[in-house]
Amino acid sequence: MSLPQVAVVGAAETTELGKVPGMSQLQLHADAALNAFADAGITARDIDGVATAGESPTAVAHYLGITPSWVDGTAVGGCSFMIHVRHALAALQTGQCKTVLITHGESGRSGIGRGGFRGNASSLQGQFETPYGPMGPPTMFTLPVLRFMKEYGLSHEQLAMVAVVQRQWAAMNPRATFRDPITVEDVLNSRMIAYPFHLLECCLVTDGGGALILTTADRADDFPQPPAYILGTGESVETPMISQMENLCSSRAFSVAGPRAMADAGISHADVDHLMIYDAFAHLPIYGLADLGFCERGDAGAFIAEGNTAPGGHLPTNTNGGGLSYMHSGMYGMYALQESVRQIRGNAPAQVGSCEVSVCLGVGGMFGASGCVVFGRQPR
Amino acid sequence: MSRPIPVPTPETAHFWEGTRAGELRLQRCDDCDHVYFPPRPFCPGCSSRAVAVFAASGRGALASYVISERPHPAFEGPYAIALVELEEGPRMMSNIVECPQTPEALVLDMPLQVTFETLSDEISLPLFRPADGEKS
Repeated sequence: MSLPQVAVVGAAETTELGKVPGMSQLQLHADAALNAFADAGITARDIDGVATAGESPTAVAHYLGITPSWVDGTAVGGCSFMIHVRHALAALQTGQCKTVLITHGESGRSGIGRGGFRGNASSLQGQFETPYGPMGPPTMFTLPVLRFMKEYGLSHEQLAMVAVVQRQWAAMNPRATFRDPITVEDVLNSRMIAYPFHLLECCLVTDGGGALILTTADRADDFPQPPAYILGTGESVETPMISQMENLCSSRAFSVAGPRAMADAGISHADVDHLMIYDAFAHLPIYGLADLGFCERGDAGAFIAEGNTAPGGHLPTNTNGGGLSYMHSGMYGMYALQESVRQIRGNAPAQVGSCEVSVCLGVGGMFGASGCVVFGRQPR
Repeated sequence: MSRPIPVPTPETAHFWEGTRAGELRLQRCDDCDHVYFPPRPFCPGCSSRAVAVFAASGRGALASYVISERPHPAFEGPYAIALVELEEGPRMMSNIVECPQTPEALVLDMPLQVTFETLSDEISLPLFRPADGEKS
């Protein structure tokens, strides 16, 4: 049986990104959804499937006035939205629903109407990590990197170059939070957050949201925007504890989700015109390139430092400026997906030319989970 | 202010009884010999429930770390959050004591020895110091 193709037919971010103190988190979801409805020329009445993370699908569906016949509340961190795309694909292909809305909204900076992180002293993290003084992602997500540096010769300068290159992309994006060019010296001279990570190697903290609308390809031409077809998807989880990663130099979830998505899509590395790798910190693109197989693990730092992912390079990566320069609300995966859709549509601020295939790799938690989506301008 | 104090569960009680007695206790599978951490009453390698608790050597090596500059109520000045590879195989998070918290002093793969800090009547926390004979 050949399953129907599925495409993104509506995509939008919140009207404003950055500092948006005038909106609650739930309203950020709704603002993005309303913009995506406008982009697709539909209303909430046309939606019968809802997926979200950060808020419950119940809260989002009720707030928007949707009566869904399919919901997905998978919440495994910032790559939840990639995984929602994968789940929506299956639901649409099997007729469980016809039109899916995926929303993200997060008042990461302003904290308006946002639930707090509750520590639980009897969880495994509470017993075996929290007592040692980790203070959030900058002191945990970063923990494996010295091992990578020793094993594979990654240098401090190469790590800094990740931020430098992404700022080059951000300079071309009027919506990016930081657009002024930076040098390796600027990065290495910025405030130390958690050795070996400096401020400019850590993501932003901002407010914002985004939404996607998916439907089957037979309906895709009824919508005003060019469809972005879903060619392949993958997902996996590894561990909620950074200390328990199987290999400090590789994300097991990346290496399951990424290759699976590319295999499903039937593409090779040479087919990829554009790449997004969720960059909460500067080492993420290095791990992602290696786990996706774009280069040898020991070459990943040099691959970026030598300009392969930069403007003019053969593998343009994180072309919105990424979490390091564009925006990062907390669960950034939605913005990576939005940029892939823009590149496929051909209307990205830093458009990479005719983009036939875009690979979008997300991370959840701190190397805890991954979702990957391969988009195409043409169906498979 | 002191460190956040762990609250044991039935599955981890033996570990915290061990640290109170000055032992770092791990678990080994009777069926496949896999040694694992954190504690649980079954083997994550083969799903067997036939597992036994044993006292580890307390020796390990520094696998990776960061030196946090973020303020924390239980720490003074920059402090290292470390990953320690135990001699028996498992890895755990910890802090390195009796050692300057600098990249120069904290050398990857340096040998470490467990030590315990009493946090409460119930909880002693395993920490690591440079092994005897190592410069700190």
